[in-house]
Amino acid sequence: MNAVTVENITKRYGDTVALNGVSFEVGTGELFGIIGPDGAGKTSLFRIIATLILADSGTANILGFDVVQDYKELRKRIGYMPGRFSLYQDLTVEENLSFFASVFGTTPEENYHLVEGIYKFLEPFKKRRAGKLSGGMKQKLALCCALIHKPDILYLDEPTTGVDPVSRKEFWEMLKQLQQEGITIIVSTPYMDEANLCDRIALIKEGRFMQIDTPQRIREGYSAPLWVVQTDRMHRLLGDVRAFGGVEYGYAFGEAHHFIAGEGFDPEGLKTYLRGLGHGNIVLHRGEATIEDCYMLLAKQ
Amino acid sequence: MTQFGAFIKKEFFHILRDKRTVLIVLVMPVVMIILFGFALSTEVRNVDIAILAPDPDRMIEQIADRLDASEYFTVKRWLNTPAEIDQAMKAGDVQMVIAFGQHFSGNLLTPDGSQMQLIVDASDSNMAQSYASYAGGIISEFSRELAAAGEERGIETQVQFLYNPQMKSAYNFVPGIMGLIMMLICAMMTSISIVREKEMGTMEVLLVSPVRPIYIVVSKMVPYFVLSCINLITILLLSVFVLQVPVAGSLAAFGLVSLIYIITNLSLGLLISTMAQQQVIALMFSGLLLMVPAIVLSGMVFPVESMPPVLQAISCAVPPRWYIAAVRKLMIQGLPLIYAWKETVILIAMAVVLIAASLKLLNNRLE
Repeated sequence: MNAVTVENITKRYGDTVALNGVSFEVGTGELFGIIGPDGAGKTSLFRIIATLILADSGTANILGFDVVQDYKELRKRIGYMPGRFSLYQDLTVEENLSFFASVFGTTPEENYHLVEGIYKFLEPFKKRRAGKLSGGMKQKLALCCALIHKPDILYLDEPTTGVDPVSRKEFWEMLKQLQQEGITIIVSTPYMDEANLCDRIALIKEGRFMQIDTPQRIREGYSAPLWVVQTDRMHRLLGDVRAFGGVEYGYAFGEAHHFIAGEGFDPEGLKTYLRGLGHGNIVLHRGEATIEDCYMLLAKQ
Repeated sequence: MTQFGAFIKKEFFHILRDKRTVLIVLVMPVVMIILFGFALSTEVRNVDIAILAPDPDRMIEQIADRLDASEYFTVKRWLNTPAEIDQAMKAGDVQMVIAFGQHFSGNLLTPDGSQMQLIVDASDSNMAQSYASYAGGIISEFSRELAAAGEERGIETQVQFLYNPQMKSAYNFVPGIMGLIMMLICAMMTSISIVREKEMGTMEVLLVSPVRPIYIVVSKMVPYFVLSCINLITILLLSVFVLQVPVAGSLAAFGLVSLIYIITNLSLGLLISTMAQQQVIALMFSGLLLMVPAIVLSGMVFPVESMPPVLQAISCAVPPRWYIAAVRKLMIQGLPLIYAWKETVILIAMAVVLIAASLKLLNNRLE
């Protein structure tokens, strides 16, 4: 049975369309990622499936409950971690956890096994006020608080934004563990590298899901001729490459630039052209598509 | 119930851990009472005066001594010519000059009587009036004594101040400050603390929980209700023992009306919080839309009766107006509760309307 069935959700704020006919399904126990930049509509989508806001049209059924009709039942079963750090900064780690446990009518002890793996990191700081924790610690605490009532489904809205790489890695390991417990997880992230850790992902742009599939199949489906280029004058390179005939479009990608070649693209010609413009140490080769490349290609189409 | 308890506990943590809040909530009433009670006093106390007497004699000296001996005036200078009056006033040496006519004592027994003038610096008109009536009071008492001694016959004027025989300004300010502080703490603090949760994003998490929004909000009101009661007691103790304003009427009636007023203000804070999305907005709402009318239109500073009809009409919508009127009746005049029934009913009606409006606006969702 599907944990989540969303059909044709649309949400407008005035003239801005936040979500434009979004439909997707998430299976029970699945780790589902929503990948896209800020402003793509991720938070609006979370708020709709968390019963916090109403969609203008479309339906969403979570765990067999309708988000509009059965919101009261649903709220007992959802764990939600909003994008911003939304715990009480002036309460200690311990107080935050026990407060959120009481809100859901439980105690921190009752479901301790569920958060144990995460809480052990926080244990030494349990008397510290939440506002004084580091970014990674805050996220761990927020996750504990979202989990303390043993939800059937967990929504995480950009849980790793502003968190250091080590904590990010730990965080994803925790999500994998929670998945083992049978909890369905929907997570959003602007980091494309995290997409590979999900079972399935949806690529969202301007309120539309461009593609929904496993990360692997999305990468394999990439058909365009992708090239990677690097020189010693990176700041000028992108403009120069874009100006070269036969280059469809290029974009910055980490330390290199990626571009898609058009018909009749001549690699040697590009090298000569770049040398002529004063570039040295030119590295040019075919690239293997990452999720980000897939996103860029889909976004362009 | 444990949910509700957890909420209230959390709320007290918020208040007690924020030193500024504690300071505002618990110390401000004390400071305000002391400020308004003493520093901003409109009482007449040790006002410097001068005596202008072209022919000083025993009678004039007696009057001057009498004025000087009172706690209200200090005779600072003796003047000889009327020209000096202006000079002394402008220099700020004296606020009032008592000018005796020529042959003052001698003329007392003539049919025309003798003349005496009170010249007051009226740049503060309210104070000027008080000085004149105080001095007039002392002088007429003196003349009454003379008459009793058979030395003088004349018409005496008598001004009597009811309920506040000494014209103590504290009598006026205590109900006003009570009205103001309750409003500040109940309406402003409650609305800000609810809106803060919206702003911090914690409301989002609370809403996605089985707790009904009404409990979230009511649990916010409880701690501020308790704090307001503490303040009520503080203000009452301060005004009775420091400002020496006695509680003339029934303490129970006064307490009842105060509790109703607190609830009215909590509902006002609740209504504001349902509408405002940011703390700044909530602060502006309660600061400008509540505080200014609470000070200006409530009758605390300017009597409602002397306002233009438009402002009088607006003042009817200002809760402190009714509370202050009720407290004046119950606490200062010592009337039984039945005399303040209109104010009490209006405050209850306001609370009912405000709660109904907030429940209508209170949302189970974010928008």
